[in-house]
Amino acid sequence: MCGIVGIYLKNEDLNPELGGFLAAMLVEMSDRGPDSAGIALYRDPVPDSSCKLTLHAAGDYDWEKLRKEMAAYLKSDVKLDVHASHAVLIASADVAYVEDWLRTQHPKLRVMSAGSAIEIYKEKGPPREFVRQFRLHELNGSHALGHTRMATESAVTTEHSHPFSTGMDLCLVHNGSLSNHNRLRQVLRDEGVDIRTDNDSEVAAGYLMWRLREGDSLEDALNRALKDLDGFYTFAVGTKEGFAVLRDPIACKPAVMAETDEWVAMSSEFRAIAQLPGAANATIWEPAPATVYTWGH
Amino acid sequence: MAAFDLNTDSVRTLNQHLHDAPSGTLSVTNPGGRHCIACGIDASVAVSIDGHVGYYCAGMNKQAQVTIAGNAGPGVAENIMSGSVRVKGNASQYAGASGQGGALIIEGDASARCGISMKGVDIVVAGSVGHMSAFLAQKGRLVICGDAGDFLGDSIYEATIYVRGNVGELGADCIEKEMTADHIQGLKQLLASTGVDANVDEFRRFGSARKLYNFNIDHADDY
Repeated sequence: MCGIVGIYLKNEDLNPELGGFLAAMLVEMSDRGPDSAGIALYRDPVPDSSCKLTLHAAGDYDWEKLRKEMAAYLKSDVKLDVHASHAVLIASADVAYVEDWLRTQHPKLRVMSAGSAIEIYKEKGPPREFVRQFRLHELNGSHALGHTRMATESAVTTEHSHPFSTGMDLCLVHNGSLSNHNRLRQVLRDEGVDIRTDNDSEVAAGYLMWRLREGDSLEDALNRALKDLDGFYTFAVGTKEGFAVLRDPIACKPAVMAETDEWVAMSSEFRAIAQLPGAANATIWEPAPATVYTWGH
Repeated sequence: MAAFDLNTDSVRTLNQHLHDAPSGTLSVTNPGGRHCIACGIDASVAVSIDGHVGYYCAGMNKQAQVTIAGNAGPGVAENIMSGSVRVKGNASQYAGASGQGGALIIEGDASARCGISMKGVDIVVAGSVGHMSAFLAQKGRLVICGDAGDFLGDSIYEATIYVRGNVGELGADCIEKEMTADHIQGLKQLLASTGVDANVDEFRRFGSARKLYNFNIDHADDY
């Protein structure tokens, strides 16, 4: 099992409520995924000359030391906000330049997301604890995805948790299991895609990263995934502008979508959407199998 | 009339009440997509649910008349034995799965695998159904007033399927069959008794070619 939730706010006035909406949806999906929880949210895009990264440390970390070192190296101001085991870093520099520096100077850190608006937080443990640790109710944003994991394919660790970054401002959450991920992982590694765990969903994320790098549009990449990925899945893909949803052709993994004048939401089950204001009068439908759905600004 | 508000009453409290020999009518508000609402009833009671329900609503229903004024999640009226379940909105996958008797009426659309392995239930869908509906269906009638998705009636046994709209690719061993006067009469009665308005002359009938399983027509009454 696993639970997926997604919300996209059509009414910007609701942006301060995003974290609270997401928290309610995630907690409602606890039964589907008690092992770990995670979110990707999009807010406050930085200018083109800057980049935003979410970093994860496996234990206590001297974030202030990192901030000062990086500011000295870049000779410019570096902003760093700590959220539990994660920190969001904003620097006026090219993202590859920053990542190279992090890899050599702080090799124990893991980059969870990179881009201009995306922030990814994920941690093992029950969703309710995640919501508390990361103070979800205080987070704003324009749209977000969330995931609650019931591990079936691989270990319960933060690294095995969702969402997975799939490139600049992109991420993936997955409900299901892939059956050809071992072979595909090898193919992707041969293509130079950095895959770190034995998790099947990370392979799906790596696959999208590869296709987008090769020049596919997101829609093309997802349509190609229908041919290349074997298994059961409902995917939700976060983009800077919105999100996309895809179910495999058999579609035994559940998904439901809803829309009002204020928001668009998707979830594994309606009861997560029922937490949102106005859900009772929303237009509700089930996404068709093997069909790409997208929302965006 | 007994009333349960699922924002304050638990589903377990509701279901226990329904199992303790209820009678008359009962209303349920704020279902909020919760699972297993009104499951396992064996009593002549009318239950009306105001809102959307989650998985397995009205599962194993016997005798009761359950009405859902909203959408239903996966497995509505799963293994229904008798009575009726009416969904005023849409139903998710495997609606009426394994149903042995009674009637399931879906006023909107049903998604994939509607009536999978049905064993005697009558399912009437006013809208369309998704792929693999009536998969392994053994007995009973599936009436689809709209369109049917691909692989309709795959590996079907002795159930009967009526479709008014378009049919995708038929499943293995499922073929179109003649609408006899008996079929027309039976369908007319079923549509009338379930309150679904559709012209019986526009339906086509589908069933088993009986090539896929070890079927002996001389023993048809034993099946």
